[in-house]
Amino acid sequence: MYDVIIVGAGPAGLTAAIYARRASKTVLVLEAKAWGGQIINTPDIENYPVVAHISGADFANELYNQALALGAEVKLEKVIGVEDLGKIKKVRSTLAEYEAGAVILATGSENRKLGLDREQELTGRGVSYCATCDGNFFRNKDVAVVGGGNTALEDALYLADLANKVYLIHRRDAFRGEETTVDRLRQRENVEIIYNATVTALLGEKRLSGIEVTDKITGGKRSIELKGLFVAVGRIPENESFSALIDLDQAGYAVAGENCRTKVPGVFVAGDNRTKEVRQLVTAAADGAVAATEAVKFLNA
Amino acid sequence: MAIREINHGDFEEVVLKSDKPVLVDFNATWCGPCRMLKPALEQVAQERPDVVVVGIDIDENSDLAEEYDVFSIPCLVLFKDGMEADRSVGLIPKEQVLSLLD
Repeated sequence: MYDVIIVGAGPAGLTAAIYARRASKTVLVLEAKAWGGQIINTPDIENYPVVAHISGADFANELYNQALALGAEVKLEKVIGVEDLGKIKKVRSTLAEYEAGAVILATGSENRKLGLDREQELTGRGVSYCATCDGNFFRNKDVAVVGGGNTALEDALYLADLANKVYLIHRRDAFRGEETTVDRLRQRENVEIIYNATVTALLGEKRLSGIEVTDKITGGKRSIELKGLFVAVGRIPENESFSALIDLDQAGYAVAGENCRTKVPGVFVAGDNRTKEVRQLVTAAADGAVAATEAVKFLNA
Repeated sequence: MAIREINHGDFEEVVLKSDKPVLVDFNATWCGPCRMLKPALEQVAQERPDVVVVGIDIDENSDLAEEYDVFSIPCLVLFKDGMEADRSVGLIPKEQVLSLLD
């Protein structure tokens, strides 16, 4: 039996671990993949207070070591369910079952897929979800970016410096992302923006050789030959294991206010998987502090 | 135990001509997920002496990355008798690395 079990070892979960340990509570953190969460994909963090530059991997390792040094226990096990038994919460992982007085859900989010045939098979063979990780493989080649938010726009701009040609495919006639980035893209000679269109098929046998694009208005289809397809169509909160326990909004985010409390007493939510306006590294850490403080208050009541 | 880094010079000897299965970790110094995968690979190398685990820096060995269609890293490729037997792309937990071997 632990005082607090934290699901997810990203910035929110590990910050919660630090706060709960400093309040002398016993803490178990369960993580499905590797500590750090999605920040590990960021080569250079420039917007965290005090630290002018740090890589995402360094940030993750420092935070992990800080939580361990304070006495938090971290296990690499995927949580598949949380059950509320009143005073006790049962947390089931793929390997074991644990009990805690309070639970903090800090599972974050994952990349949304296009949902196309063979998408999984071609991932790493031309289909990618991270332009800054994989852009280098497509130097002087033709690539496409799918999406209309800031990530898609920034990916297209990043790739325009590397690739021969960048197609930016967006299902609407206007972008949701920042206008300044859209303007910078329009000035690039090697960027072609295709509005009102979706990618409807992935072409190629062993590796991606092209895509089929369908115009949403005319229904017309065209094939584009390219080597790389970068998918930036948003993220999905990883709350599906908790849908029976707490309230989720239409997009799947865990409903909780700024105090990080869910409708279940003793179950809190912190970080990107919570309903909120700003999803940033610093707001994830802030959520961790708030959720842990609330959990300690709950345990001491 | 640190993972041995190899390059195009010894790839044939270490990977293709190996009696044991070889798990090749295609990575790069600037790749965050690759760094996060390393501890799991070190544990696997320790637990599975029947498998050789090596790393290849794709920036210094772009010829090998191209030859084996590596377009995303981290990318783990399992070689048996000089042939690709399995592969996995992206950061995965240790259990999934182990299941790649069987």
